[in-house]
Amino acid sequence: MPKNPNVKKVLVIGSGPIVIGQAAEFDYAGTQACRSLKEEGIEVILVNSNPATIMTDRDIADKVYIEPLTEKVLEQIIEKEKPDSVLPTLGGQAGLNLGMELDESGFLKKHNVILLGTTAKTIKKAEDRLEFKETMEKIGEPCAASLVVESVEDGVEFAGKIGYPVVLRPAYTLGGSGGGIAHNRMELEEILENGLRLSRVGQVLVERCIAGWKEIEYEVMRDSAGNCITVCNMENIDPVGVHTGDSIVVAPSQTLMDKEYQMLRSAALNIIDELEITGGCNVQFALHPESFEYCVIEVNPRVSRSSALASKATGYPIAKVAAKIALGYTLDEIKNAITGKTYASFEPTLDYCVVKIPRLPFDKFITAKRTLTTQMKATGEVMSICTSFEGALMKAIRSLEQHVDCLLSYDFSDLLAEELLDRMKKVDDQRIYVIAEALRKGISYDEIHDITKIDNWFIDKLAVIVEMENALQKEPLTIELLKEAKRIEFSDSVIAKLAGRTEEEIRKMRYENGITAVFKMVDTCAAEFEAATPYYYSCFGGENEAVETRPPKKVLVLGSGPIRIGQGIEFDYCSVHATWAFAKAGYETVIVNNNPETVSTDFDIADKLYFEPLTPEDVENIVHIEKPDGAVVQFGGQTAIKLTESLMKMGVPILGTSAENVDAAEDRELFDEILENCGIPRPSGGTVYTAEEAKKVANELGYPVLVRPSYVLGGQGMQIAISDEEVEEFMAIINRIAQDHPILVDKYLQGKEIEVDAVCDGTDILIPGIMEHIERAGVHSGDSISVYPAQSIGEKVKATIAEYTKRLAKALHVIGLINIQFIAVGEEVYVIEVNPRSSRTVPYISKVTGIPIVDLAVQVMMGKTIKELGYEPGLQKESEYVAIKMPVFSFEKIRGAEISLGPEMKSTGECLGIARTFYEALYKAFLGAGVRLPRYRRMIITVKDADKGEAIEIGRRFEKLGYKIYATRSTANALKEAGIKARQVNKIQQESPTVMDLILGHEIDLVIDTPTQGRDKSRDGFLIRRTAIETGVNCLTSLDTARALATSLEHIGEEEKLTLVDVASL
Amino acid sequence: MRAFLILEDGTVFEGMRIGAAKEAVSEIVFNTSMAGYPEVLTDPSYAGQAVCMTYPLIGNYGVCREDMESTRPWTDGLIVRELSRKGSNFRRDVDLGQFLEEHDVPGIAGIDTRALTKILREKGTMNGMITTNEEYSLEQILPRLRAYTTGKVVEKVTCGQKYVRKGSGEGKGAGKKIALLDLGAKENIARSLAKRGCDVAVYPAWTKAEEILADNPDGIMLSNGPGDPKECTAIIKEIRKLYETDLPIFAICLGHQLMALATGADTFKMKYGHRGGNHPVKDLRTGRVYISSQNHGYVVDMDKLDPNVAVPAFINVNDGTNEGLAYTDKKIFTVQFHPEACPGPQDSAYLFDQFIDMLNGCKEREKDAKKS
Repeated sequence: MPKNPNVKKVLVIGSGPIVIGQAAEFDYAGTQACRSLKEEGIEVILVNSNPATIMTDRDIADKVYIEPLTEKVLEQIIEKEKPDSVLPTLGGQAGLNLGMELDESGFLKKHNVILLGTTAKTIKKAEDRLEFKETMEKIGEPCAASLVVESVEDGVEFAGKIGYPVVLRPAYTLGGSGGGIAHNRMELEEILENGLRLSRVGQVLVERCIAGWKEIEYEVMRDSAGNCITVCNMENIDPVGVHTGDSIVVAPSQTLMDKEYQMLRSAALNIIDELEITGGCNVQFALHPESFEYCVIEVNPRVSRSSALASKATGYPIAKVAAKIALGYTLDEIKNAITGKTYASFEPTLDYCVVKIPRLPFDKFITAKRTLTTQMKATGEVMSICTSFEGALMKAIRSLEQHVDCLLSYDFSDLLAEELLDRMKKVDDQRIYVIAEALRKGISYDEIHDITKIDNWFIDKLAVIVEMENALQKEPLTIELLKEAKRIEFSDSVIAKLAGRTEEEIRKMRYENGITAVFKMVDTCAAEFEAATPYYYSCFGGENEAVETRPPKKVLVLGSGPIRIGQGIEFDYCSVHATWAFAKAGYETVIVNNNPETVSTDFDIADKLYFEPLTPEDVENIVHIEKPDGAVVQFGGQTAIKLTESLMKMGVPILGTSAENVDAAEDRELFDEILENCGIPRPSGGTVYTAEEAKKVANELGYPVLVRPSYVLGGQGMQIAISDEEVEEFMAIINRIAQDHPILVDKYLQGKEIEVDAVCDGTDILIPGIMEHIERAGVHSGDSISVYPAQSIGEKVKATIAEYTKRLAKALHVIGLINIQFIAVGEEVYVIEVNPRSSRTVPYISKVTGIPIVDLAVQVMMGKTIKELGYEPGLQKESEYVAIKMPVFSFEKIRGAEISLGPEMKSTGECLGIARTFYEALYKAFLGAGVRLPRYRRMIITVKDADKGEAIEIGRRFEKLGYKIYATRSTANALKEAGIKARQVNKIQQESPTVMDLILGHEIDLVIDTPTQGRDKSRDGFLIRRTAIETGVNCLTSLDTARALATSLEHIGEEEKLTLVDVASL
Repeated sequence: MRAFLILEDGTVFEGMRIGAAKEAVSEIVFNTSMAGYPEVLTDPSYAGQAVCMTYPLIGNYGVCREDMESTRPWTDGLIVRELSRKGSNFRRDVDLGQFLEEHDVPGIAGIDTRALTKILREKGTMNGMITTNEEYSLEQILPRLRAYTTGKVVEKVTCGQKYVRKGSGEGKGAGKKIALLDLGAKENIARSLAKRGCDVAVYPAWTKAEEILADNPDGIMLSNGPGDPKECTAIIKEIRKLYETDLPIFAICLGHQLMALATGADTFKMKYGHRGGNHPVKDLRTGRVYISSQNHGYVVDMDKLDPNVAVPAFINVNDGTNEGLAYTDKKIFTVQFHPEACPGPQDSAYLFDQFIDMLNGCKEREKDAKKS
């Protein structure tokens, strides 16, 4: 069927800020789909509140609205732009829910707008628990015995009937939030109550527990003519019970016979056909490990994290094809872009094995429970491709950048066999390492399987790796052994460690014996047809397929690896834009990355894509084939920066700022010298290795001090210490991982935090704008509300900042990007941090100023000057718009995580509020972050003594806003004394009603709780904060944020009256 | 033990021996299915060929004897990148390595199967040898390889004598008698018919048409099978006789090619054929696309079809080659792909229902004729 001629103007809904369960995959899908729509001559209107995305670029859509994703805002956009259709299936659950709301309210019909792709009826059938179950029953597809309940009592009764354990799944939530497995009545009541609250429709499914069954997923496509194909199937190594987003997943399935494979494939097609989905869909099954019995777990009638993974695993561009289907094309009319010969109706077949491992945030939330459940906790993931499972697993492990490179990376050797069996019962991110140790201790496959329910085939593969460890430790390192170790992707450094050699010796032995990596192509068809797209992975053994190209100029772009707190989608934005800029300048571009969720790993972004770990050895393999003229490390975050030295050793010139100068910014002594030479003040401090040294420096400086490791991301391990005890505690935490670099102890200054990004050509600098943080110094810049243009600093401070930026950029010989953070105390400006690379704020500042920073940085690296590029050097004229970046957190997903803000970054994403006035921008930013107040006009304030003064001012403002204020005793007293009508509530241990009861009563808008120092989890404050977060109450831990919220509420504009800003026209 | 795969063009791959310790000379083909190696091994259509599986990890779930598509493996050899040392599945009867040894099938593992596939793709299907002889001499071997032909393999794989597979007694085919001409039939053809209630009489490939017709079947099914269809001259003559009757006929793969040859059409050898479980075929009447299981090296030449005899019913979406024919003014339809799946997708299993509907439709019409 050809394209539907009535579709000319489409509104695409993005997924909003990155949170756990809804991450970069939707930028990938959305970007691909928008490009696909534009290819067809469709006018694309895009709305997404997330400024760090590529989809919100002016090159991707015709009109771009970085606005809060609410029904009202969308209605306004539709009224203004008058699209003929809305595409809701690319923006994850958030986008889908919005599409549904617009349809259910009759708004779309009234404005003659249709939902493209999948109809509201279909979405309801797939998403509404009851309708879904009925539909499945109708077509004979089994579901686990289940009941949708709307009250805890009904849940208890049903669970009593079908027996514990039971699984709880709230309807219409993302990443399974609020769900879980209840083993008894008490657990059931707890989880169910919470789940009912989090569900958009107040429904939770209580179902028979099928934990331990194999979890198998199918990605399927269907067009409007009813043609169906499966793109890929995947098997979760962790059986049912762990969210697929937190599971180690392999594609294709490994332990399914054809009969099982086809049974489930047919079921998946049967389901997608009955639901009449047009586009992509993900179907999850639980398969009994010892029979043909299966259950349908879930259907996602949209592109998803799994579909992004399946796209990258097979080379089949699901989002692109889904967009074409939405326009009316059928699968047999859409060309397969990878081969250029086959059609989208051809099912991909793999001739390699793909392994995905989640990137879990437990290194950020050290107090959090590491247990994996049906609620997703991963912030990102890595994927690897190899011809063997062992190889793919080893490559994926070292792609994680979590100080792991083999199955020995977590040491459980001191556990006895009994203890190991016990430890194995804990389902967490370390389980494969525990299993490996169990195998080392001779525990049988069956014993391991009985506990973990992991299929013996996978256990055997772990055993192959363990056997290799043994062989390398005990046997002489023969050429044969080395070959075999490389076949299953032991890195040179691991082999060296195990065999007692140096890495260089291993490397030499390999090269002397011709044991080098070869590259194979991902082609969707297992080599049956010639492929046109150079998408490669490495393996050892066999023929090399990577075509050697010798263009006049070639650049290697290093990506940023998995999405983690502190290194998010922004760096993918930068990598992709850098690639495009180099391509425009006539370079052949080569991207290396391992993150399946991102735009950068789409096969048509760079001229060549290498899906590989970002370690020196893996990158060297690519360098040997590609021989690039230069590499850029500025755009891939810390991941890429860390490779600088290795690249230089390989003889690859670093484009832009040189390695020595990158070092100079990180090396305390060198940096101090530079600052001194430039006449720039910084908070005083020193470098230390031990706790003793740290205490000495701290006492010399006087408390409070900042303690942090150098060369880290997002302030990882950074803390404000107020006493010797805390210095000791923090040093111990930092030193749990061996530090290659010294630890920094600095005087903590309280002032305004200011941030700039600048482009420097060696002589001149260009500062697009100055950003100011709402939260005072001490809260990580990534967790602060950031305002552009800076509102509260004077011209003199601005001039000082511009001047310091220029001096620093020149002194560090920056060619390209630099990010500097300052503290302004009165008129005094101090430098606190310099990053000679792209930063988190680059996409945001580029979009609001309209200055293509990454593009300019690339041109500068190629030798152009800022003046030649048509810009007047220095600080640019301020925009007429105010743009406010608001951090967004995923605390509710991480049980036990401390939510209070500090120097270590905790947010997972961000959204933007942009408007002509500061107040409207602020309101939009809060709205975009999901703060929709007021509702009940009730709040709780509980602050530490030092904050009481400020709390009074804030309390007064909220009281004026009509808020009823509750406070714990001492806060209440302070408020009352100041004439604020505060109601005292009891502390948790005191008699009811306590502050906890109040929160659980669900009629509280807001909790303001400033934490007392220390990390004691049992403290009241911690419990209050966790309870608030887990019950969906807004909880603020910084008084600056609270003040900003009050300001926003004081100037509340009716949502209907928000002004819309087309960012593409700035 | 080291083993070698030697191709007719002189390419040599070195790997490890798996399965039986014997030499095999055969045609080398590749199959792109990611699961279903036991079905592939036991599909009689592979007689005379050694199969390279493009998926690198083979043997993961062992072999379940129930899943065999005939009584034994027919492939001359198995070529894999990695043979799983442990098969894991609740239905596993035996590990793949042992299964190959039991059935005296040689094989080779540890070679770059993708490189081999690319050679076959570029140069076309060719002959080859799997050997463990370290002292091999290309000078002696290559002429032997070039001279090899699969020959009359249908005779080798067809059943020794007629037998009957009783229907399930239920379903829309209940009570219907189907004559299945076994040209190397996969089990699941008879199974698919029996499951729908039909009683299936299976005849050896050399059976005369008269003998089949004498049993008075309600319909005739021509099976898949190995080799060059043009080698089957005698069988083609008998099929012509079946064509002349008014009986409904459904044919798969080799059966489809033989019916075409019996009615004046032509077949040709494809460069490297279609073998896998992911090929889209389009039903030209409805425009619907189905994913099919395929295994063929020859194809009916659409340019030489006489529309008075037959018209294309299905084509392959990728390369546009013929995938099925509808016979003009006849109750005959034939397909190149495998609706019986095993291995592969079950999307086109509805064709068996369509065939049974055709039988029932005939009866209806006969009744109508009698009434009038």
